[in-house]
This record gives sequence, C-alpha cells and structure tokens, in this order.
Amino acid sequence: MSKDSLINIKINNKEIQVDKNLTVMQACEIAGEEIPRFCYHDKLSIAGNCRMCLVEIEKAPKLVSSCTMPLMDGMSIITNSDKVKAGRKGVMEFLLINHPLDCPICDQGGECDLQDQAMYYGFDKSRYQENKRAVDNKNMGPLVNTIMTRCIHCTRCVRFATEVAGVPELGMLGRGENAEITTYLEQSITSELSGNVIDLCPVGALTSKPYQFKARPWELKRTDSIDIFDAVGSNIRIDSRAQEILRVTPRANDLINEEWITDKVRFNYDGYYQQRIDQPYIRKNGTLDPVTWSDAIKSLKQKLKNSKPLSLIGDQVDIETGYAIKKFMKNFGDNNVECRTDNQAIIQNNVESIRFNTPLTEIENADLIIIGGTNPRIEAPIINHKIFKAYNNFAEIFNIGENLDLNYPTHQLGEDLSNLNSEDLQKALKKSKNPLMIIGSGFLSNIQDVKTLKALFEFSYKNKIITEEKII
Amino acid sequence: MAPKREERVLKMLSDQDKIFQNLHGFEDAFLEGAKKRGSWSNTKEILSKSQNDVIELVKSSQLRGRGGAGFSTGLKWSFMPKDTGKQHYLVVNADESEPGTCKDREIIRNDPHTLIEGCLIASYAIQATKCYIYIRGEYHHEYVQLEKAIAEAYDNKLIGKNACGSGYDFDLYVHRGAGAYICGEETALLESLEGKKGQPRLKPPFPAGAGLYGMPTTINNVESIAVVPTILRRGSDWFKSIGAENNTGTKVFCISGNVNNPCTVEEAMGIPLKELIEKHAGGVEGGWKNLKAIIPGGSSTPMLSKEVCETVLMNFDDLRNNGSGLGTAGVIVVNKNHDITQVIERFAHFYKHESCGQCTPCREGTGWMFRMMQKLVRGEISPEQLELLENVTKQIEGHTICALGDAAAWPIQGLIKNFKPELLKKYNQKRKAS
Repeated sequence: MSKDSLINIKINNKEIQVDKNLTVMQACEIAGEEIPRFCYHDKLSIAGNCRMCLVEIEKAPKLVSSCTMPLMDGMSIITNSDKVKAGRKGVMEFLLINHPLDCPICDQGGECDLQDQAMYYGFDKSRYQENKRAVDNKNMGPLVNTIMTRCIHCTRCVRFATEVAGVPELGMLGRGENAEITTYLEQSITSELSGNVIDLCPVGALTSKPYQFKARPWELKRTDSIDIFDAVGSNIRIDSRAQEILRVTPRANDLINEEWITDKVRFNYDGYYQQRIDQPYIRKNGTLDPVTWSDAIKSLKQKLKNSKPLSLIGDQVDIETGYAIKKFMKNFGDNNVECRTDNQAIIQNNVESIRFNTPLTEIENADLIIIGGTNPRIEAPIINHKIFKAYNNFAEIFNIGENLDLNYPTHQLGEDLSNLNSEDLQKALKKSKNPLMIIGSGFLSNIQDVKTLKALFEFSYKNKIITEEKII
Repeated sequence: MAPKREERVLKMLSDQDKIFQNLHGFEDAFLEGAKKRGSWSNTKEILSKSQNDVIELVKSSQLRGRGGAGFSTGLKWSFMPKDTGKQHYLVVNADESEPGTCKDREIIRNDPHTLIEGCLIASYAIQATKCYIYIRGEYHHEYVQLEKAIAEAYDNKLIGKNACGSGYDFDLYVHRGAGAYICGEETALLESLEGKKGQPRLKPPFPAGAGLYGMPTTINNVESIAVVPTILRRGSDWFKSIGAENNTGTKVFCISGNVNNPCTVEEAMGIPLKELIEKHAGGVEGGWKNLKAIIPGGSSTPMLSKEVCETVLMNFDDLRNNGSGLGTAGVIVVNKNHDITQVIERFAHFYKHESCGQCTPCREGTGWMFRMMQKLVRGEISPEQLELLENVTKQIEGHTICALGDAAAWPIQGLIKNFKPELLKKYNQKRKAS
C-alpha cells in the first residue's frame, strides 16, 4: 500500500488511517466496529438493499448504508449513536414483520444471521398485528430446499448465480411486497456450484435438501479437511455427529477455492455410508475374509518375501500417501508403482507434464485461454469459475476438442489438435500477454500420446505459454 | 432584479410571459405553429455561444428542476465532466407518473417543439450528442405527437447531423416505459432504459459521473428542458423577473380534485395557492369554506391544512417552510364532502403497489402502512396504534435507497400532523357504536 493511498478518517471520534479505496463498512471493520449486514458479501457485488448497515456520517442529512459508501478524506463516521441504533432497529423490524417465526423447525436455526442479529439489534417483541405474507416454495432441484416465506430478499443468491456461477437463472420477479426470488420457470439451477447458495442465504430460505431436518449446528463436530474428489483440493469442513458425516461445507481459502465448493464435493458424503473398505480383507478361495490389521500385516510380510510386488495407487490418494508408498516399494528394488488408472501419457522426469503449473489465482489474469480435451465445467467447476472470471476480464477463450456447454462463449476450433495452428489462434496468441493452456486427459488418454504431449510442450514454449519465470 | 414580493402577488402572469403558448392545444402543435410561437427562431445563434456560456445563463436564471426535487438545473449541468472523450448523454424524464400531475403530458402533446429544441440546447451545453426521452408508456397519444414532431425536426434539419446549421451533431430518441412509477426515479429510469428491471441504483456514483451505459449523463424533467430555449431567447433577467429570488420563472400547475374547473395552467412561480385555485380552477367545490386540505405537489408531498392554504405561496421555499413541498406542482384539492383518510389510504395503496421491492424499509413498510391505513379508514386505529403508524413512517423515511420510501411516508405524516384529533374521534365513535 503506497503512502498516498492512505487517508485519515474518524470512526466514533477515533482517528484512523486507512486505504482510500475501501468502503465505510470495510474501514469500520478495520477499526474493530461491528456493522450488521445481510446483503453484503465479500465475494459478491454490492447491492446495498438490506439497509441493515446504516451508519451516521457527519454532515450527511440521512443515515448512509456503509457497504455502498466510498471513503472520503476527513470523513467522520459514527456507528453507535442513538440515531444509528434506531435506524437499524427499524430495518430489523421490517425484516422480521414478514419473516415466519418458525425457528424451531428451521434448518438454519443456530447459524442464522437474522436470528443472531435480531438478538442484538431488534425489538424484543413484535408490533406488527397484520397478517404475514406467505410465498410459494420454488423447485430448485434435488439439492436446494426452498422455503421462500423466510426470504428477506437480500439477493445474495441472485448475485451468486449471475456473477460467480455464471448462470443467470435466479432472479427477482414481481415488485414491492410481491417480489419473489425464483428460477423463473421452476427449473433447477444448472450450475455445478449451486450448493453454495445454501451457505450464502443468511436465513433459512435456501437450505440443503439432503441435510434437511438431520441435525442442529451445535450438535456437530467440525473437522477441517481437504476435498479429494477433484484435483483442485478445495478446503472443506466436515460436520459429523457420532460416526456419521452429516454435511460438508467450504472453508475460505483465497488461493484455492475462495469460499465455494462444487456440488460434487458438498453432497457426495452419502457415498461414505455404504461399501467402505474400513478394515483389511484377505482373499481366500475366491472370497474376501475380513481379518485384523495385525494378521493382515503378518500375511503381507510373508507374501512380500521373495516376490516382485506391484503397487497401484488409486485416484483418491493424496500425494503424501503416494510418496510414502513409493518409498516403501523402493525396498524391493524396482520402482514398481503406478498411479494412473487411465493409462495417461506423461513425460518421465518432467514434473511440468503432470501438474497444473499455473497458480489457481492466476487463471483470472490470463488474457487468452486454450482449453483442450477437457470440460472444466464438469471436471473442475472451481477452475471453470476462474476461467469465467477471466472471461469477465475480457479474456479470449478457445476450445479444442468436442463442443462444450460452458457458461461463457468460446471460439470452437474443431476436434483435432492440428487446429492449434489455426490462423485465429495464432493471431490471438501474438496479441496476448498472458496466455494459458489447459490440456485435459482427452488428448492424453493413451500411453502412446506421449508424442502429442511433447508436441504440446514445444508449442507452448514456442508461444511463450510456458516461460522459465512462470514455472513455480 | 426580482420584483418585491407584494407587487408580484398582485400581478397575474401576462399572456406574453407564458412560455408554453399552446399549453391548452388551441393552436397547431407542430412545426408551423411552433415557429409562429417563436420556437427554432434563433437556435443557431444560441448554439454559437460557448457551452459554458449556456450553462452560466441557465444558472443565472435560477431555474430549479421541475421534476420535484427543485435542484438548480444550471448547477446540475455544470457537474458534467468536460472533454472526457466519452459519449455524454442527456436523458429527459417524461415518465410522469406522480398522481395529480399532468404538466409534461400537456407540453408534449401541444408544444413538443419546445421540448425538442430544449433537448438540443441542453445536450449542446453538456456536450451530449445523444439524447433519450423516456416517455411514460401510458402516454400513447403523446408518444405519437412527439415522434411526429421529431420527424419534422429531422426533416427540416433542425436536429440530426449539423443541427440547425450549427455544426453540432445531435440525435434524439424516444423510449417508451412499461408503466412503473419507480421508473420516474432517475437512476431506475436509466436501468429501465438499459433494458434492465427498473430499480434505483446506489449513489454514489452519481449519473454525472457514471450514468447511462456507464457514461456521464444528465437527467432532467421535461418542463426543465422545455423552458430552456425561451430563457436563452428572452434572457435570464426576464425569467428572474418572474417570481422571487431562488424561486424564479413560470411554472405549470395541475389542479385537480374537488375544484369546479380542474385545469393545467402556467402561472408565475410563487402565486398564492388560494389565488391559483380561485382564479384558474373556479374555486373549491362548495366554496372555500368547504375546503378540507390541499396536497400541493403531487401525491408525495404532505398535505396542507386550510389555515396554511390561505396564505401559502406556491414556490419551493415557502412550501418547504410550511412542512410540505412544491414537488411536481400537482395540486390536489380535497373538500369536506370526502373522507380525507380514504384519500391517503388510496395513496398508501399506490405506493405499496409501486414499491420496487429492492430495499427493506420500503418493501415491507409500504404494505404495513397500507394495512394500517385500511384500519384507519374503518376507524379501528387506537391512539397507541396511531403512534405506531407515525413511528413506522419515520422508520421508512430516510432509510431507503431512493426517495420513494420518503414519498410513501410523507402523505401519512401530513395526515397525522393535520388531522390527529379527527382520527382519534373516528376511533371513539366506532368504539361507541359497537
């Protein structure tokens, strides 16, 4: 932060120096003043529609919503005056008048923003004597449960669908009291990131269908973990009760998954309930007999003597375990280890040929992206989201391979890799300062494809897609 | 120099001083008639002035925006950035939806060339080569008239490439709204014009910085734009000589409700309200003593009691000092034959229906207020609940993104302020009866 980007402001008569590009709310957070909010979310655009974050600014006649207000030099912000408190109380009351009092049967209970903030900023009883509004529930597919009467119209889900997921399928229909958040045509959301609206919803309007009525948040044991179902390595938190995993939620990690996880990561925990190999088995006469660990190791020891073992490492083993197995197998002389279940081509002794090379945070800075032989929308939706971000930063995207149904437009170059030499792409590559190429297993699914891989490397060195300084 | 107050009160606006000579549609509305009335007579000469000079002239005329807020038009134009190299836009707000107001309709229907010429001059002043007129969807006839007048202006090379031979290129487009009151709010209007849902934008950034399609934009009311050619033609001193300091010029008033002769009329700014009604609208039905209350500036302004109506002047400052506002100058007269609570209940329904639903206080509060107003009409509101109603209006006021929340709260505040004893009496009567 350079010095001239700093300005002096006052928050509750305390002087503080902050970056001038922040909003009033962010400055208040730095100063340690808590500002209540519903519609504001770090990763989404600013809507300013819940009006909960009202603060007083000296010389301004009205209260100002702090999430939308840019800072100005010498600004004096007051967050704890009676006027501010009355303003927030009023907004809180308006939010609650049409919100059903069904916390006891609401899945959000215990981790509900509205519940928490009503405790601090609300009235202790209702003054509303009219009938409450009721809203039809919407069908958003098998994952997201909707109880739309609870909706407070913060539009976080709408902004998420449009800006992050890249599928503008959620929106607000109607106006005034009759405004409803809908999928317009009662269709499920076609995004692979749709489950994130469950976390985003500050109330219980959008909740998880599989987790419905399963548990209360305070009963759950929280375990931080890393997801293994795609190669992104999303940071997750596993919530369990006793022996049972009840749900998976994301952990924020700006370098990897930001605050999102894919639906596959979020909802695949039901697979743990069945057919898990949770103890060793030994095959005897064609059937698998369960044995204890000590028996299994004993038997293994015997078998390994005077034999030439081969070790196969599955897709879902992490790199550390893989390394340990490889080290273990070295005891038997040969490197008889294989981790590719799909025969994928790699160049031996070349690490670049098997890893992603580009940091995930850099994808959005690329100005030209070539996708080859992969469908990022299905294989790694988090990466697809980052490509979508790059698209929003005016990146050009080329696709080689089969036609894809992505949530951003691409230049389709045909199915064959020879299309890399097409005129359009060459022209774009010449203009591009920061190109990126993502090659998937579509082109490398055979051990003989090593030649192809080598040609691709040559292509990328020639076109400065890989340069020395870019290799981590 | 503006004349002294006493003189001005006595003087009725002379016919020569009326800007909209064909407001009532007795003459030809189109180019021939407009030229007879003085439009387009020396537009080239006006456009030969520097852009700064035009802004300064309008500024010195003390013209205040006629759309409701009363912000100085010249000052607004001067906020536009200069020589940015970007496309600047002028957007004319003809989405006249305020209940009780029909001034822009008369101007567009009967004198469209004043507006078109005004658009050209205003666009020139703010370096906009493109201007959009956002006309209310319900104004179909006016839309037809306006399109016809614009076609005439294009044919006669008054606008378009090298407008009026001045060397300035100017294009004018008309866009029809789809019938939402909120689209009269300037930023919601921009959203609607861009093809999105009409919901007000957050300010800052203000439209002068980032408006239509993110470019510098000025949004003005039809009347503010339509008076500009005459101001530049007759001089800002002439304009200033009508009305009082800071409340200058002429104004189109629309008088409706319980008057003998509802009308739209151009008068001097600051004419006494009583005089306006007696002289132009033929007085209150059943005589002045039958007057209950007057809503002076369209449905959004708080009502005035009979005592205040005796003396109040119809200008921005005097009405504000009396706890109301000039708004759009749509005067709605209510006499004693009507239940004033029913009038306000209808307004409350209107605001409930037209609230865009974007921000919390207005979305939830307008419905609450409307239901309480229904009870009030039935006489079911106890003194405590009346206090609650007033409290709810205060909780909406000033907490919303746009001014619709305020506009919904003010009529009810005005009702409670002026007629509290009567409202309580209603409750007591009902209780006795049951």
